[in-house]
Amino acid sequence: MEQTVNNPAQASSAYNFAYLDEQTKRMIRRALLKAVAIPGYQVPFAGREMPMPYGWGTGGVQVTAAVIGPDDTLKVIDQGADDTTNAVSIRQFFAKTANVATTEKTAKASIIQTRHRIPEKELREDQILVYQVPIPEPLRFLEPRETETRKMHALEEYGLMHVKLYEDISRHGHIATTYAYPVMVNDRYVMDPSPTPKFDNPKMDMMAALQLFGAGREKRIYALPPYTKVKSLDFEDHPFEVQSWKDECGMCGATDSYLDEVILDDKGNRMFVCSDTDYCSERQDAGHRGPQHHDQPLGTSHSNGKAAE
Amino acid sequence: MTRSNEPLLRVSDLTMMYGDRVGCRNVSFELRPGEVLGIVGESGSGKSTLLRSISAQQEPTKGTVEYHTRIDGIRDVYQMSEAQRRLLMRTDWAFVHQNARDGLRMNVSAGANIGERLMAVGDRHYGNIRNAAENWLGKVEIATERLDDLPSTFSGGMQQRLQIARNLVTSPRLVFMDEPTGGLDVSVQARLLDLLRGLVHDLNLAVIIVTHDLAVARLLSHRLMVMQRGEVIESGLTDQVLDDPQHAYTQLLVSSILQN
Repeated sequence: MEQTVNNPAQASSAYNFAYLDEQTKRMIRRALLKAVAIPGYQVPFAGREMPMPYGWGTGGVQVTAAVIGPDDTLKVIDQGADDTTNAVSIRQFFAKTANVATTEKTAKASIIQTRHRIPEKELREDQILVYQVPIPEPLRFLEPRETETRKMHALEEYGLMHVKLYEDISRHGHIATTYAYPVMVNDRYVMDPSPTPKFDNPKMDMMAALQLFGAGREKRIYALPPYTKVKSLDFEDHPFEVQSWKDECGMCGATDSYLDEVILDDKGNRMFVCSDTDYCSERQDAGHRGPQHHDQPLGTSHSNGKAAE
Repeated sequence: MTRSNEPLLRVSDLTMMYGDRVGCRNVSFELRPGEVLGIVGESGSGKSTLLRSISAQQEPTKGTVEYHTRIDGIRDVYQMSEAQRRLLMRTDWAFVHQNARDGLRMNVSAGANIGERLMAVGDRHYGNIRNAAENWLGKVEIATERLDDLPSTFSGGMQQRLQIARNLVTSPRLVFMDEPTGGLDVSVQARLLDLLRGLVHDLNLAVIIVTHDLAVARLLSHRLMVMQRGEVIESGLTDQVLDDPQHAYTQLLVSSILQN
């Protein structure tokens, strides 16, 4: 049985490579293999206590720890951004415990751990996307009994998922679910794509990269192997559609990316910026400019049409 | 009313034991399409146990429950796969609980409650589902503007009628009812019974209704089974059993009703 530390030369700290002990990583890898073999199926695993609170990505961190090697390059994003607390601390965690290279460039990363977003740049076959999942069970909203939801998955009884969408339409006139939008995986399992905005659901479909989902508190792992069919649930007369914005990104002028709204002052001025910071800065480096780029002072001269509404 | 001679449901020698205690013993009967069977008896006589065993919710110790399915003909419900059984229970069967809250989803609207079974069998057209829900709300005499309201804002009688609508939307052929009028006041009871009688007649439903209320049994059921201590002690046409009871216990039961 292999018990050695992966790369003794690099394990300068007191930690085993990537924090978890080898037996734990094997256990997680076994769960991952099963998850990949049955796309969309939630595999229980013996989730460990991690040195961070639940809700901060303990599931994603364990999955990353199980798949990362010394040669990997890690990128961590939270809401698409590389520079938020959660992303920074997880990146530092692996830099310290695994001594791996880290990057903010989507194209340079071999493993990307994410809290919500899928990068705007198309992912490749040699990349792995790891999601941090808070609630893996899509049916819980209407059926709180875990014994019952498991049976429903086993017997493919997914009518209840549409009851939720029906409620949305009857209350709001359209499907108002904007994140954790349920999907049908490979025509078999209904899956909750973590708190990812539905804008990213189409990117999951037939993605070239391997997608792994880890829920730490609930101790579940599920996966989408490369090129897996992922279909967002909808009604014939209310088809699935993604969010769209009237504005472009204030910094890089992108019209095809997921935009975050930023309130600028208390006079109704606001701007929209790409949530994917790497995508936005790459576009700016390439010379693209939005209306609120920094060579214009923020929020003084410009106010967009929406504020007047 | 059309009645075929082929039974819809055949219960043979059904026994349910709870350890050494008898739930119900050696019950056999047949039910034909469109027929309403009342099961009466005092509290603890095994009515509900019998109903649970017949409706595939609790496997009996002994005996068989066979149902004439639309596709495969006569099948023993406890020999079916669980998937088939659950499909049967939410399409061709319906179960009306005594407490409407047990049979409703209280956290979604009335429309979603009625639409659930349709969506469960694959209906994916919002407009059609909503129309069906509205239509059924009308049939059970609830104002259609309550379609998007939560069942928790409904009165007890309305909740019970909503539960009935929710169950009947997939046009089941067999309905199980466990004290459907229990806990309702007398005028609401009368209205509900009237409604049920109309629906049973119009939709040609076969019904097994468990009640301790002989008035309900007389109004709704064609045939009656009287139970005591887990056994059927008398059965026959409702009027016959109630007007000319043979068994001492049935006589006691009938005579205990206040006469005017």
